[in-house]
Amino acid sequence: MRLITERPDTRPTPAASRDRGGPQQPILIVNGLRKYFPIKGGLLQRKVAEVKAVDGVDFSVMKGETLGIVGESGCGKSTLARLLMHLIPKDEGELIFDGDPVDDIRGLSLRDLRRDLQMVFQDSYSSLNPRLPIQDSIAYGPRVHGVGKAEAAALAADLLNKVGLRPSMFGARYPHELSGGQRQRVNIARALALDPRMLILDEAVSALDKSVEAQVLNLLSRLKRELNLTYLFISHDLSVVQYVSDRVLVMYLGQVVEIGPVDAIYAAPRHPYTRALLDSRLSMNPLERMSEPPLSGDPPNPVNPPSGCRFRTRCAFAESVCAERQPRLAAADGGAHLVACHMADAESGHGRAGLSAPLH
Amino acid sequence: MSDVNAATLADFAASEASPPVRGYWASVGHRLRYDYATLFFLSVIIVVALLAICAPWLAPFDPTKTAMAYRLKPVGFKNFMLGTDDLGRDMLSRLLWGGRTSLIMGMVPVGVATVIGGFLGVLAGFVGGRVNTLIMRAMDIFYAFPSVLLAVAISGTLGGGIKNGMLALTIVFIPPLCRVAESATTLVRGLDFVEAARASGATTLSIILHHVLGNVLSPILIFASSLISVSILLGSGLSFLGLGVEPPTPDWGLMLSALRSGIYIQPLVCALPGVAIFITSLSFNLVSDGLRQAMDVKA
Amino acid sequence: MWRYAARRILMTIPIALGVSAICYALILLAPGDPIQSMLPPDATPEEVAYLKKAYGFDKPVPVQYFLWLMRALSGDLGASIQTHRPVALEVMTALSNTFIIAVGAVLLAFTLAFVMGTIAAYHVGKPTDRALTGVAVMGVSIPNYWLGIVFIIIFAVKLGVLPATGMGSQGSANFNIFDWAQLKYAVLPILTMAMTPLGIIMRSTRAAVADVLNQDFIQMLRAKGLRPFAVLRHAVRNALPQVLTVMGLQLGYLVGGSILIETIFAWPGTGFLMSKAILTRDVPLLQGAILVLAMAFVTINLAVDLLQAAIDPRIKRA
Repeated sequence: MRLITERPDTRPTPAASRDRGGPQQPILIVNGLRKYFPIKGGLLQRKVAEVKAVDGVDFSVMKGETLGIVGESGCGKSTLARLLMHLIPKDEGELIFDGDPVDDIRGLSLRDLRRDLQMVFQDSYSSLNPRLPIQDSIAYGPRVHGVGKAEAAALAADLLNKVGLRPSMFGARYPHELSGGQRQRVNIARALALDPRMLILDEAVSALDKSVEAQVLNLLSRLKRELNLTYLFISHDLSVVQYVSDRVLVMYLGQVVEIGPVDAIYAAPRHPYTRALLDSRLSMNPLERMSEPPLSGDPPNPVNPPSGCRFRTRCAFAESVCAERQPRLAAADGGAHLVACHMADAESGHGRAGLSAPLH
Repeated sequence: MSDVNAATLADFAASEASPPVRGYWASVGHRLRYDYATLFFLSVIIVVALLAICAPWLAPFDPTKTAMAYRLKPVGFKNFMLGTDDLGRDMLSRLLWGGRTSLIMGMVPVGVATVIGGFLGVLAGFVGGRVNTLIMRAMDIFYAFPSVLLAVAISGTLGGGIKNGMLALTIVFIPPLCRVAESATTLVRGLDFVEAARASGATTLSIILHHVLGNVLSPILIFASSLISVSILLGSGLSFLGLGVEPPTPDWGLMLSALRSGIYIQPLVCALPGVAIFITSLSFNLVSDGLRQAMDVKA
Repeated sequence: MWRYAARRILMTIPIALGVSAICYALILLAPGDPIQSMLPPDATPEEVAYLKKAYGFDKPVPVQYFLWLMRALSGDLGASIQTHRPVALEVMTALSNTFIIAVGAVLLAFTLAFVMGTIAAYHVGKPTDRALTGVAVMGVSIPNYWLGIVFIIIFAVKLGVLPATGMGSQGSANFNIFDWAQLKYAVLPILTMAMTPLGIIMRSTRAAVADVLNQDFIQMLRAKGLRPFAVLRHAVRNALPQVLTVMGLQLGYLVGGSILIETIFAWPGTGFLMSKAILTRDVPLLQGAILVLAMAFVTINLAVDLLQAAIDPRIKRA
C-alpha cells in the first residue's frame, strides 16, 4: 500500500502560505452585519414585517483562536454562521477576511473565501448527500476547485484517516450506514477538504451523544493543532463552549451583548443576560439547588424587539434609561472584555452604573 | 495508519456487524430481486412487449385484411385462434399489432413528459422565487382540467390521429410530473448538503447535477411509472372515442370501440381487447407499486 | 379561516382566467379557419361574414379573447352547429345529468372504499389487506369503458335485468331518482363509474387509517385497555377529513371525465354531448362543454379546499 503522505501536494497553495496579513491581522473582521428576513402576509402576500435575525453585529476573530458563540435558540447564531459563509445574502455590513474585504471588486472573491472558510453543520445526516458514498462527498469540494479525480480520491482517503475513519473500510459507505458520530467526522473531513484556514462549527456536536461528543471535540482540538486552524464554535451548550473556547461571544436577539476571554466571562460576567445564562447551568453539587429560574419566559419576538436595551424586558435591573437608549458595546475592564450594558457605562445614568462588580 | 486512536478502534468494532456496502440503485435492485409478485408482473409486461415487437413475425394474418364471409366468428373458428372482428379480420393478428400502438401510446407520452416536466420542476424548485411562481402557476392552470377532459379537449380540437393523441397525453402529464419534481427539489434544496456544496464553491449547475438530480430522480421515476398505466387507459380511451389511432390501424382501444356493436353476437371475442388493456395496465400498476416499495426508503 | 377562504377564492380567479384562455385557444389551435370550424360546410358567404364580424375575428387575438370572455360571462357560449340551440342551454341540461351519475358513483365508491380501506388498514400486511388492496389496484387498472361493456353483456344481454343504454322514456327533463323505472337506467353507469374512485379512495383510506393507528395516542388508548373496535373508531374519526378531501376531488374528476362512460351508456350528460360534438365537429358545442366542465372542476376543488379548512382544525392557514 502506497503511503498517503508521500503523495505530492498538488493543491493550489497550502493554507499556511495563504496567510497575508501576518499573525497580528485578525483572520475575520465583522462590521455592522445586518440581516432582516421579510414576513409576507395579507391577501397579496406583501411584506408586512421583518424578523431582525442579525442586527448590527461587530466582532473579530484572531488567527489560531477558538471563538465560542452562545445564546438561546433563535438568537441569530445560525443566521450569523450562514451570513459569514455567504450562504444567504447580507443586508448590510462588511466582512474582512485576513485584511481583504470579501465579495468586493478590490478584495477576495467568494470562491477564494470558500477555500479559506468552511463550515460543519449541526445535522450530520442531512448535511451529507444520501446518494453519494462518503469519499465522493469529501472529494466533491476539491473536484469543484479543479483537482483531478484520482488526486481528489487520494485526498479524501487521507482526510478520512485524519478524522479517524479507515478509508478502506468506510470510504465506499453511504451516510445511512454510519453512526451519528462517524457521520460528523465525515462532515469535518469534508469541511477540511479544501484545506481551509478557518472552520465555522454550527452546533457541530450538539446532536451527538455525550461520549461521542467528547471524542469529536478531542478530534477537533487535535486537528486545530495539526492544521493550524481557527474555529468559530457556535453552541447553546455553555460547558462545551467553556471547554473549547479562547474567547466567548454572547448573542441576544440578533445582537452581541458581551464578548471577551472565556475565563473573564465565565468568572465575572458583566451582562445580566450572560449572568443568567451561566446561572441556568446545572451544578454538579447537589447542595447548590436552584430555587428559582435565573431566566424566565421566552425571548421577545425578534419582529418587534424592545426599545433601547433588548434584554430589559427580562432584566432584573432594568431602569427607565434601558428603554430609552440602546447600550453600546464598550470595554468593561481592560481592553479585551466588551459588554453592552448601561450598568457597565459610568456615564449612562443607570442607578447601578459604575459599580465595580455590579452583579455579585 | 498513523492516526489509530480509541475512536478509530471503536469504529472498527462497530463496522464488524454492519451490512455490506451497497449503493442506492444496487440496493433497490437487490430488494426487487426478492419481490416475486413484482417480478411476475414485470415479466408479463416483457412478454406483452415482446409479442408486440414481434407482431410482424408472429401474426398469422394481415391485421388489416378484411373478409366479409368471416365476420364475427368465435374463438377457435378455423385458423382464427381468437376469432374474427366485425370486418372479418383475424383478432389474434390485430391484438398483436394493436399492442404496438397501445404500448407506444402508454410509454412515449410519459417519457417525453418526464423529461419536460422533470426539467421544469427541478428548475422551478431549485431556482425558486419568480421562476418558481411563473412555472408553477402556469402548471396550476393545466391542473385545473381533469386529465380526461384535457386530453379530449386537445385531441378533440386538433383532430384524431396517433400524433395528436400522444401530444395531448404528453401535455396532460407534464403538470403532475412538474409538481412532483418541484416539491422533491424544494425539499432537497433545503437540506444541509446542498448548502455544504454551495459552501465549497460549486456552481448551480454542478450542484443540480451532482447533488439534486440523484435525490429527486427516484420520486420522479416512481411517479412516472405509475402514469404509464394511466396513459395506456387514457390513450385507449381516446382511440375508443375516435380521437387517437385512426382505422384501419389496429389498436386495442379502437378495436374495443369498433366491436361494441358485436357484443350481442360474440361477447367473448369483443371483450378480448379490453382484457389486453386490463392486463397490461394492471401489470404496469403493480410493477410501479413494487418499484415504489423498493425505492421508497432512506437508503 | 375567513382570511384563508378569501385568499383561496381570490387565488381561483387567475386560474379560472387561465382556464378560459386555454378553452379559447382551442379554437385557434383547431386545424383550418376558425370560422369554418364554427359553421356548417354549406354556410353562405353572408353567414361567414356575419359570424366573422359578430365574433370579432377581424380584430387582434387578445381583443377576440376579451370579447369572447365577456359573452361567456353573460352566459352566451354561442350556438351549436348541429342543433342551432344555445350551447349554454345544451351544456347545462347535460351537466345536471352528469351530476346524477357522478354523485351516485362517488357516494357508492366512498361507502365501499371506506369500509374496505379501514379493514385493510387494521390488518396491514395480512391476507385480508392484500386481497382488498388487490381489488383496489384492479379498480384503477381496469379500463372502465370496457367494464361498462362487460356489465352490459352480463346485466342487459344475458340476464336482462337492467337496461343497457339511455335514460328512459322520461328523458332528462324530469328524471326522478326515487322512481325505480327511471333509476334503473342509472345503475350500470354508476356502477361502472364507481370503479376508479373505489380504488383511489380505498387506498387513501387505508393509508390514512394505518397512519393514525401508528400514532402514539392510539398506543395510549390501547394501553388504557380500550377494545379494538373502540380504538378503531378513534382512528377512523381522525382519518376521515383526509379521506373526504380525496372523495371531493374524485367527484371533480368524475364530472370532468365522464365522457367515456356516458358514451358507452348513451347517458345524455356533458360527456355524451362532447362525444357527439367531436363526431360532428361541432366546435362551439365542444368548446362550451369543455369550458363549463373545467369551471365546474375548479369550483369543486375550491369547495373541497374550503370544506377541508373548515372541518380540519389542524389546517389553520392565515
